[in-house]
Amino acid sequence: MADPKRLWVLIEQEDGRPHPVSWELLGAAGRLAADLPDSVVEGVLLGHQVGHIPAQAFRYGARRVYVIDDPVLAYYRNAPYAFGISALVKKYKPEIFLVGATTLGRDLGSAIATRVSTGLTADCTELAIDPEKKILAATRPTFGGNLMATILCKTQRPQMATVRPRVLPMPQPAAAADGEVVPEPLGMTEAEVGVQLLRVIPNVGENVNIEYADVIVAGGRGIGGPEGFRLLEELAGLLGGVVGASRAVVDAGWISAAHQIGQTGKTVRPKLYIAAGISGAIQHRVGVSGSDFILAINTDPKAPIFQVADLGIVGDVYEVVPELIRQVKATRPNGGAHA
Amino acid sequence: MHAVVAIKQVPDTSNVRINPETGTLIREGVPAIVNPYDAHAVELAVRLKEKFGGKVTVLTMGPPKAAEALVECVEQGADRGILITDRKFAAADTLATSYVLARAIEALHAEEPVDLLLFGKQAIDGDTAQVGPGVATRLEVPLITYAVAVESFDPQARTAVVHRKTERGIEVLQTRLPALLTVEKEIAAIGRAPLPNLIRAAQYTPETWTASQPVAFDPARIGIKGSPTIVGKAYTPPPKKAGGTLSVAELGVQSVVFQALARIESAGVLQN
Repeated sequence: MADPKRLWVLIEQEDGRPHPVSWELLGAAGRLAADLPDSVVEGVLLGHQVGHIPAQAFRYGARRVYVIDDPVLAYYRNAPYAFGISALVKKYKPEIFLVGATTLGRDLGSAIATRVSTGLTADCTELAIDPEKKILAATRPTFGGNLMATILCKTQRPQMATVRPRVLPMPQPAAAADGEVVPEPLGMTEAEVGVQLLRVIPNVGENVNIEYADVIVAGGRGIGGPEGFRLLEELAGLLGGVVGASRAVVDAGWISAAHQIGQTGKTVRPKLYIAAGISGAIQHRVGVSGSDFILAINTDPKAPIFQVADLGIVGDVYEVVPELIRQVKATRPNGGAHA
Repeated sequence: MHAVVAIKQVPDTSNVRINPETGTLIREGVPAIVNPYDAHAVELAVRLKEKFGGKVTVLTMGPPKAAEALVECVEQGADRGILITDRKFAAADTLATSYVLARAIEALHAEEPVDLLLFGKQAIDGDTAQVGPGVATRLEVPLITYAVAVESFDPQARTAVVHRKTERGIEVLQTRLPALLTVEKEIAAIGRAPLPNLIRAAQYTPETWTASQPVAFDPARIGIKGSPTIVGKAYTPPPKKAGGTLSVAELGVQSVVFQALARIESAGVLQN
């Protein structure tokens, strides 16, 4: 019997903590597997002392996890990670290989694709199996989000794609699931690596987990100035959410880049997205299109944000947001999003 | 010190518009610029040259028009510009592009050893961020992506300390040289070009390399032949159906907010 078609997902981890995009990709691989006969979903995990992670990957649908556990992999560096994974690709010949479009995944994906001489489609927003050709149809925005292109990789294998965190839904993990752990050697020593980490300067001040927030209240130029974010913070606090921002106001220095949403910032997928004074350029809209409910507030009835809003309020942020705060306080004293 | 900077001429995507009838990009009248991140890479190279002496070579693969972008880099202070242009390179994806640039850099290195390779973190038209890592992989040099600062640089000891931006903070990395950095805009602020540079650039014509001269590129690894990916179809994103608007001027703010909260409530997106 021929080998099954292996659908691989990089199980990204740092300091032993798996990145949730890995589970989103396992969910996507499971959906692709349903359209691809004789296929199996498998994970690839590199790091040091990461033995606790495969059990989690099994719950998200991996049937098998290939693990390279080596002190050289204790923190991420391109060369040993790309070297180790490329050897696995050459050995097991996966059909498809999905990687998170994180800082790590974008650095690593291209190095692997180059080493194994295959095609890599970056920052996909949609993955499907072409029904006739039975190959991966990877769709991505290009030209700053103005155009969508579906990319195919006809002959080379694996067909590689990166997907940004939160572009795909988070699957429900199974309560319990079994799988196989396949340990593999690295075959590279510390002396062969040209880069060493001297120290890490942690992010100063706030650590906003905007990508995984359930409620986001975001501000744009229409809030008038940096002080406008205090009002948005109050509303976000009442709703159990965090504050986001458009690129324009981050560029203007009103708030830190950690809050930036859109093509050049973060992709978000909250249950509720409130856009206050954001006109909604395409680059911003692509970053919020996965939201369950979008409420937009803008004085300009022609603002493009209204095209993607579930509800728009044509009005001034400084009139509408204080009233929102007042009514939320009155009706939802213990407000907040579903866990 | 010899720094090689790879750049790309790109349409200014902040000015790209879509023809609403055909759904295609309107490319006419869109200004072509040096990819913004690449311009910062050139600036870093020029600063290092000012400090350590040496030379900055700027390289691009693109249509003949991309020569303009190289001239802009000479205005910034680059010494030499090389345009790699040939119809045979057309429709190259990132794998074919990284092959061409890596071979070209090998040829430059043979003429005059290269200490540092610089790329922008990504091009604003394709946004793939793949070509820099691809070239580093082919040349087997250390790669540091998303570089925001060079803390120290020692061409004699062949080592540098570079700050890299990640989700958790700034990684301070020591690398041996030559290394390849892909840079963020913070890496070096772009100043006004000094007059001698402008005068030199006004008279400067970049060198042109083809698919066969002076480097013979493998025809199977360039252009469409060397590109495993193809564009199946391209389309403008379908607009989501808008949910309508309520006007504060017409209904009053209390009523509008009340209705909005009712809609949010019935959508079930908030915890009770």
